[in-house]
Amino acid sequence: MKLDPKSIQYTSTHEWIHLEDGPGGTKTATVGVSDFAIQALTDLVHIELPELGRTLHAGKPFGEVESVKAVSDLYSPVEGEVVEVNASIAQHLDLMTTDPYGAGWLIKVRVKSGGSQSQLLDHATYKRQCEQAME
Amino acid sequence: MRNTRSTELIFELSKPGCSGAHLPPCDVPLRPVAELIPAEALASKPLPLPELGEPDIVRHFVNLSTLNMSVDTHFYPLGSCTMKYNPKRNERIAAMPGFANLHPYQSDDTIQGMLELLYRSQQMLAEISGLPAVSLQPAAGAQGEFAALLVAAAYFRDKGIKKSVVLIPDGAHGTNPASAVMSGFTTVPVKSTANGLIDLDDLKARLNDGVAVLMITNPNTLGIFETHIAEIAEMVHEVGGLVYLDGANMNAILGITRPGDFGADLMHFNPHKTFSGPHGGGGPGAGPIGVTEKLAPYLPSPIVVKDGGRYRLDYNRPKSIGRVRSFFGNTGVLVRMYSYIRTHGPDGLRRISENAVLNANYLLSRVKHFLPVPQGDRCMHEFVASATRIKADRDISAMDIAKRLLDYGFHAPTVYFPLIVKEAIMVEPTETESKATLDAFAETLERIVTETPEQLHDAPSSAPVSRPDEVRAARQPMLTWKPTAT
Repeated sequence: MKLDPKSIQYTSTHEWIHLEDGPGGTKTATVGVSDFAIQALTDLVHIELPELGRTLHAGKPFGEVESVKAVSDLYSPVEGEVVEVNASIAQHLDLMTTDPYGAGWLIKVRVKSGGSQSQLLDHATYKRQCEQAME
Repeated sequence: MRNTRSTELIFELSKPGCSGAHLPPCDVPLRPVAELIPAEALASKPLPLPELGEPDIVRHFVNLSTLNMSVDTHFYPLGSCTMKYNPKRNERIAAMPGFANLHPYQSDDTIQGMLELLYRSQQMLAEISGLPAVSLQPAAGAQGEFAALLVAAAYFRDKGIKKSVVLIPDGAHGTNPASAVMSGFTTVPVKSTANGLIDLDDLKARLNDGVAVLMITNPNTLGIFETHIAEIAEMVHEVGGLVYLDGANMNAILGITRPGDFGADLMHFNPHKTFSGPHGGGGPGAGPIGVTEKLAPYLPSPIVVKDGGRYRLDYNRPKSIGRVRSFFGNTGVLVRMYSYIRTHGPDGLRRISENAVLNANYLLSRVKHFLPVPQGDRCMHEFVASATRIKADRDISAMDIAKRLLDYGFHAPTVYFPLIVKEAIMVEPTETESKATLDAFAETLERIVTETPEQLHDAPSSAPVSRPDEVRAARQPMLTWKPTAT
């Protein structure tokens, strides 16, 4: 998997989300952390991700990532159930830095239909937000 | 040189057969160890303890001690930590046998002097904070925070009020959310404005009946006094919440304003910062807390009380959250605090804060021309400069500057905190430094920013260890020394 950062959506808290059609008319969301946020965090040292089956709520923390600078919560963009966790990330945090939109993905969520959802930004809007933050 | 600057571990210096102790011949009957200790408790081979003669041991530790930077050897402008000089008078007082040789199991009647000192300490902290009830028991500032939030939780539980949220500004010390979560609350961040103060609109949006406590540091971690503090406290009180003051920055306001007067309901003190207790080594420390009258019944037990002319430890406090520390906490630090407060008196304490603020503003005015201070021209006891511009222009980071300062004989300031300032360099000179020291520090900083990036990336070059690999240390920590296989 290798996503085009321009074709996916973002939250104001720097997660990215890619929605696909899943089985039986459901939607599956792949969630990761944006390249901008990972650059700002600098060297990552630890990550905590949810267990399979956990129910997530939009805008609520689903895990946390620790860098040499700080510990930051990861916020779920959607409501739903965790159906897959990137098992190799914990041992290979570099993947989040080198391939944030590919091998650096974090979790997949079966989106609850009609469930809550964070406000999602397209690439251009998200990029503008990041540029403002840098000023 | 290597002999005197050796950082080898004592295990690596070991020479089999060496010893610093010679035991006299045994004068009781010898019995095999297997007869005295059950087989399953016996080690299969001797422990790999280091073997050295006494001179080698003494040289090892004395040489290591000379590698330290401390307030006794260097200027130490570590922001948020108030690394003021620790008067040696405090040590003399704390070492007096009547304090130093007490045993915690002595009866109250035999420790009246110590109890009087603790009682008066409670009163002095109440006067300084404007919060009438004080517990001296917590063993550190962070534990004081934790204990105070347990007090808040006990208060709401006792009153049958359901509240679960603690609001924490985004510039707060990391201990704040940790204390809140450990006390059973959930945390919600509050944004800061571009000029470094709490965003009142954001605060308003987050306030509701579920808010138990707002934790606030004032002056805040940017060294700026929250000018709307009275209004902020009122907003929190209107929804039935409590205001917790993180007292880390009390060195800026002693005798000038009081947390109790600007609306705080609970707070902690850091005696090692504000009242010149020794820093370091992870303790023993102290983190007294002060609270309003209505929260007093929930403070940890025991509290020192005075009955007539006699002092005693009061354990009969049914609503108390109980003990947070064995015996009475770390009284040695409290004796130093008492000595410091009594040495200065009320007017002296005010002068301490005035001079701490003056020193910080003087240094700010000398530094801002080459290291911008984003949140303005004036500060309280500390300020936060940013290396963002020099990083973009010349690839010199806050870390590079901090490391290079060590080569020039200055301890580094705090860097990369608070998180809301990029490439933060947080400088707190304290009141105990002379103008000459502040000038020398400012001139050194100015010189460093003109050095080449290559020079700075390799700094420090004079320290026995240059730059530890912090990422590897965090990802693969090796916390136990193991002998290398031979």
